[in-house]
Amino acid sequence: MKRFLSFVKKEFLHIFRDVRTLIIIFGIPVAEILIFGFAINTDLKDARIAILDLSKDATTQRLTNKLLSSGYFILEKELQSDNELESVFKEGKVRMVLVYENNFGQKLQKEGKASIQLLLDASEPNTANMLHGYTTGIINDFMMKAYPLNQQNIRIIPSVRMAYNSELKSVFMFVPGIMAIILILVSALMTSVTITREKELGTMEVLLGSPLKPIQIILGKVTPYLLLSLVNVASILGLAYFVFGLPIAGSLVLLIAECTLFIFLSLSLGILISTVSKTMQQAMLISMVGLMMPSILLSGFIFPVENMPDILYYLSFIMPPRWFIEILKSVMIKGVGFSYIWKETLILSLMTLVFIFISIKKFKIRLE
Amino acid sequence: MDNDKSIEIHVRNLVKKFGSFVANNNLSFDVYQGEIFGFLGANGAGKTTAMRILCGLSHPTSGEITVAGFDVYKQKELIKKNIGYMSQKFSLYDDLTIAENMELYGGIYGLSRKQIKVRIGELLEKLQLTDRQSTLIADLPLGWKQKLAFSVAMIHKPRIVFLDEPTGGVDPITRRQFWDLIYEAANQGITLFVTTHYMDEAEYCDRVSIMVDGRIDALDTPGNLKNKYQVQNMNDVFIKVARPDFFSQQYTVSSSHLNNQIN
Repeated sequence: MKRFLSFVKKEFLHIFRDVRTLIIIFGIPVAEILIFGFAINTDLKDARIAILDLSKDATTQRLTNKLLSSGYFILEKELQSDNELESVFKEGKVRMVLVYENNFGQKLQKEGKASIQLLLDASEPNTANMLHGYTTGIINDFMMKAYPLNQQNIRIIPSVRMAYNSELKSVFMFVPGIMAIILILVSALMTSVTITREKELGTMEVLLGSPLKPIQIILGKVTPYLLLSLVNVASILGLAYFVFGLPIAGSLVLLIAECTLFIFLSLSLGILISTVSKTMQQAMLISMVGLMMPSILLSGFIFPVENMPDILYYLSFIMPPRWFIEILKSVMIKGVGFSYIWKETLILSLMTLVFIFISIKKFKIRLE
Repeated sequence: MDNDKSIEIHVRNLVKKFGSFVANNNLSFDVYQGEIFGFLGANGAGKTTAMRILCGLSHPTSGEITVAGFDVYKQKELIKKNIGYMSQKFSLYDDLTIAENMELYGGIYGLSRKQIKVRIGELLEKLQLTDRQSTLIADLPLGWKQKLAFSVAMIHKPRIVFLDEPTGGVDPITRRQFWDLIYEAANQGITLFVTTHYMDEAEYCDRVSIMVDGRIDALDTPGNLKNKYQVQNMNDVFIKVARPDFFSQQYTVSSSHLNNQIN
């Protein structure tokens, strides 16, 4: 045990002496959370719009006020004629233009219907879609409240409730994804690099020639990264909870246990990568291209796996982060217990065992 | 060799095969306590393979081998505790200080905190580096690093030290100083098993063996070998053993030139 501890101490010294390692381990997680949280915000807020009010009556005024007070829109410009429509879009100042027809209020009173035209800049389809949705919602709401009795057409009015994330905050989506990516980065990439570094420097040979057992060398290498990954879990959860108001609906103990499982999985992946690569560059390349990219693209972090073509959909089954993100969402946001996520947990555990098994095999062959 | 010295490394009929390739073909030799044993051979002759087996890093295919009195098949752990190993690649950590490297290897070899402190003091004093123990290895010249690596390989006072091309890439003066350290260790009764490419270093050894294509083709003291092959220096002994056709074909190449080729 004493031998093992002197080895672990040396590993910590490596980590704390190397600024680049420190940045990767502590800087990147915090930076990513903040970037995703503040900059890459898919929530709609303060979208610039223009209004062309051909009617200019009390009703259009009330509707405009309601739209602007929603917080989603900022009135960039009041247009005077439809000649200005094209130029205002071309200048790129606004994302949407709202056009009230002539005698809007009157028509509404007499005929019970009037039209509003929504012109949207669809060069960014997502934003256009969202603006459309938000605006329609607000107009419908306005109609319901202003003319509650005016129900010439009996309509079915869906009452929508966005379960688990009633405000549709995107922080709910990215925190689990980032957690998975960071843990893979720190655990798998860093371990694979640090183990191959010993090989490359020739120190591995000396360590193997010492009374340390191979298993002690490997455990000594991964122990610091296990601890640092747990620190990362805590800091990501802390930031998500205190800065972005993400709730932790389920049991914290379960959450941390699942994170630990995923860390083990990533560490075993890192060891596996180190057994197949000869140089640090090779380990880094395999980790980045073979691990990070699929983790980001095929895990459901950014693109929902359900919408993928069949091949990619089935490929996503072998991506550990896919299952981990599923677990995180279930526990953190839905607040479910273990009985709902045992299947995902089992899959991750099996993957871990497979990786460890292959690593041991590979390592033995190398020693022969 | 005086026969009253005990045998530290005992090798009989060592064979190591990788598939159909025979890396070590029936090696037999003994190394005695306190001896400096030179293990020579061209690249690919099988030196490193044999050395790895003796260090417990690799399994022999067959043969009877004991190191420091322990069996290489069953008592690898005991062997590892009793030997030191300095690899041909440099083996200290650049981002740790001199003292930290020593603490690490002391710890790995199971020394107590107190023992480590005492040993660090002794070793640093011997190398006259006492006031530089907090210097990072990266900031030291190569010659110093290699002397330190040798000292660190002996931090647990092993019975045998294996040195795999320890003096690669250092200047002749530093090499000479390095050999002073080796002599000093031998005088303390430590057995040294050294591979090298430098034939002047072969002259410093008590006995040398020369490997060719997986076999040991010559094994004796440098003096006896030079007599046997009727040559002036170990360089020519090596060439006669490793390249018997060399002299008969009357190349006009200088032997030092060939030495470079071998390197």
